[in-house]
Amino acid sequence: MTGTETAPSDRYSISVEDLCLWYADFQALKHVSVDIREGLVTGLIGPSGCGKTTFLRSLNRLNERYGNVKTTGTVRILGKNIYDADVSLGELRKAVGMVFQRPNPLPVSIYENIVFGLRVHAGARALTRRQLDELVELSLTEVALWDDVKDVLHRRATHLTLEQQQKLCIARLLPLKPSVILMDEPCSALDAEGTAAIERLMDGLRGRYTIVIVTHNMAQARRTSDECIFMLLGELVEHGPTVNVFLRPTRKETEMYVEGRYG
Amino acid sequence: MRHAAALRLSRLAEPLVEAIIRLCGWSAIFFVFAIFFFVFREGAPMLFGALDLGEFFTSVNWRPDSRIQAQYGVLALLAGTASVTALAMLLSVPAGLGAAIFVSEFCPPRVRETLKIVIELLAAIPSVVWGFIGYMVLNPVLIAVTGAPIGINILNGGIILALMSVPIIMSVGEDALKAVPDTYREAAIALGASRWQVVYKVLLPAAKNGLLAAALLGIGRSVGETMAVLMATGHAVQIPHSLLDPVRTLTATIAAELGETVEGGDHYRVLFVIGTLLMLMAFLVNLTADLVVKGVRGKQNG
Ligand SMILES: Nc1ncnc2c1ncn2[C@@H]1O[C@H](COP(=O)(O)OP(=O)(O)O)[C@@H](O)[C@H]1O
Ligand SMILES: [Mg+2]
Repeated sequence: MTGTETAPSDRYSISVEDLCLWYADFQALKHVSVDIREGLVTGLIGPSGCGKTTFLRSLNRLNERYGNVKTTGTVRILGKNIYDADVSLGELRKAVGMVFQRPNPLPVSIYENIVFGLRVHAGARALTRRQLDELVELSLTEVALWDDVKDVLHRRATHLTLEQQQKLCIARLLPLKPSVILMDEPCSALDAEGTAAIERLMDGLRGRYTIVIVTHNMAQARRTSDECIFMLLGELVEHGPTVNVFLRPTRKETEMYVEGRYG
Repeated sequence: MRHAAALRLSRLAEPLVEAIIRLCGWSAIFFVFAIFFFVFREGAPMLFGALDLGEFFTSVNWRPDSRIQAQYGVLALLAGTASVTALAMLLSVPAGLGAAIFVSEFCPPRVRETLKIVIELLAAIPSVVWGFIGYMVLNPVLIAVTGAPIGINILNGGIILALMSVPIIMSVGEDALKAVPDTYREAAIALGASRWQVVYKVLLPAAKNGLLAAALLGIGRSVGETMAVLMATGHAVQIPHSLLDPVRTLTATIAAELGETVEGGDHYRVLFVIGTLLMLMAFLVNLTADLVVKGVRGKQNG
């Protein structure tokens, strides 16, 4: 399930087929099928409550935290159906990282936040203190946070500004070398400046990771994504290159939504 | 018209209700101080008079009704309280915190509700009944299992006190775990942590002060408990050497002897000095628990 095992010819990083999901009796996802390209940024748009978060969380099986969830269909990530019985959730979530709507650094130090994933996967024990330090520097540099925090690495991460916290939440995925990064409205808690910073950061990650980003902000979807998925009432309505979805939508609903007539 | 009248009434009633609530709050504080004052006043003449505090704290001789010379050493009683409480905490803190973790993190919701009701019922059993269980049920069991001549001893009292403290520790501990934002759990799970890793890498550090407070409240309960230990620990004033030795605690001494004393006599007053000591201990434990809880809040906000 790790990125290095991917065959280079595999152009799709995520292949979803006939995915349905119920919260108790309520069907939140209806027969969603979609192939998400490797190394691109795919935007996920649609009105509030249409199932964007649910869809995203079914890609790392985080929905299963709630006891009453039932899922059918297949999701192939790196060539393996993640809903197969023999899939290790730990390994899956190592390969598929997630960034949340509200920055949620753990209530430990900045340093420990970054190495948390390694410790969980027992990777930290194989590394020396020096190597861990280097990984921390590398990860924080990657998200343009190193200069801000290099002197306070052992301070609690919850004291950082929201923008810094969200950068940290992205940085802590990197030591695990994920192949997919899921982002659920990662800028909705940030101001314009923070939003711009996160978008720049995503640009830097483009190509090396497959990124799926949920956003409410049409302009952001246009700026950041290569491809776009439009969802409505639990169904996938349209999927294609972002320019097409915005300028030449094939479906009436998409056109109305991107023109801001509802949502 | 009716509307206006109702409005006038509510305008009158509101300050009244507020005053009543305020009165309740102040009276609670007043009563605590009044009780402390009363207990202290009864003990004070002895405390500042004939009582030799050095002997009081360091002597094991508790001979309050000796004709020749009464001796008031509480060291053995302190040792009794300390040993029973320590054993109770050794049993109840892991059990109570374990139960809290199980209920808040691992239990399916329906089982959780049932378990909580059972545990709260446990908390509602009066301490005399617990003492009775220690005396009638646990006593023969301990004799059969350990081979000791009597089963009314530290072990018995410790187990009974532990059973009494577990509900408090569990419910306060569960609150502490519930107060940990769910976003922490999701963050850890999304990084691949297992449920156990979430517990010991995230929840325990995040909730440690609340959990510590839970343990301290359990200790407070054990230190202050009277009837159960009176009935379950035996009645021997001695420094214990094993778990199977009977002991006497501070609280049990007051309960057992106060009725036989002469009001205003030395013995009577010394029992109130012990009462003052107990109140101070309970106060200290609670204060610590409180500061610990405040400590977390302060840190989280700051
Ligand atoms: N844990 C849950 N239990 C029950 N229903 C839920 C739960 N989470 C989301 N839903 C419902 O599923 C639908 C999709 O929600 P969500 O995926 O959060 O939408 P979006 O992220 O697009 O706003 C909504 O109608 C929501 O009410
Ligand atoms: Mg959402």
